[in-house]
Amino acid sequence: MRRMLLWLPLAIFGILAVFFFRGLSLDPNAQPSALIGRTLPAFQLMELHTGAMLTEADLPSGPYLLNVWASWCITCQVEHPYLTELSKTLPVVGLNYKDQRTAAQNWLAKLGDPYVLHLFDDSGQLGLDLGVAGAPETFVVDASGVIRARIQGEVNVRAFEREIAPVLAAGGSR
Amino acid sequence: MMRALVGLLAGLLMTTAVWAAIETYQFDSPDQEVRFRQLGLELRCPKCQNQAIGDSDAPISKDLRAEVHRLLLEGATDQEIKAFMVARYGRYVLYRPPLDRQTVYLWVGPGLFLALGIGLVAYRIRLSKRALMQETPS
Repeated sequence: MRRMLLWLPLAIFGILAVFFFRGLSLDPNAQPSALIGRTLPAFQLMELHTGAMLTEADLPSGPYLLNVWASWCITCQVEHPYLTELSKTLPVVGLNYKDQRTAAQNWLAKLGDPYVLHLFDDSGQLGLDLGVAGAPETFVVDASGVIRARIQGEVNVRAFEREIAPVLAAGGSR
Repeated sequence: MMRALVGLLAGLLMTTAVWAAIETYQFDSPDQEVRFRQLGLELRCPKCQNQAIGDSDAPISKDLRAEVHRLLLEGATDQEIKAFMVARYGRYVLYRPPLDRQTVYLWVGPGLFLALGIGLVAYRIRLSKRALMQETPS
């Protein structure tokens, strides 16, 4: 019995090591979206340039990405080149989130425009319905219009492989 | 020198005014205001892990406070408001999640550890008591 107790510190170390090792690759800021498996919420928003009314009926047929961005968002600039690259093969809908119209238009003019559709959500209402906590966030929508994944923060190669590629591999639908 | 120091301290005192979120919400009844404060403490800010929306200055918290206020004026119950938030931000926003299969460890975990600790201490006390009994000649 006494001899067995000698192993106890090692056992505790082992258990802690497993937890801490897992902790290394966990992002405490990442939260599962409450909207996975559901269709996009209904909305009525203006088009960024023309001010025409857009609803969920104007969305492209999937699969596509819905990218939440703003001109005040630094990480949006960081992900912009990669997003532009992606947009050549996959439609990207831009949700301009809590921004000013001219600032957003200038941003697109300066950096290039990867979006097939521009939703202007200055009050953040659709953002709220989507459970957006801040820009950038990107939703992966499949062929039947169902949200399959959400990327909080920068869209990059890793995020593509982890979140977007599986949805596309499934034919964009399940 | 002294005067400068006092001036600096006085200046520091004034900075607290900047921290506090100053918002003026109109309520139909004092009861609504109480509920607003309570919900502000129970709903968690999605952007800042360890703050409630009631004491966070993050823009998203401001939006959520405004949303809670709007729902309150529309006559929604506390349950409905929480359900509204959970539907959008997940159960993460609840500081008091409901007890179910996923949250059961969260709820009974502390009790389990307490029981384990008490059991361990009781065991040690019994052991040392026995050792004491054996040492003292009867």
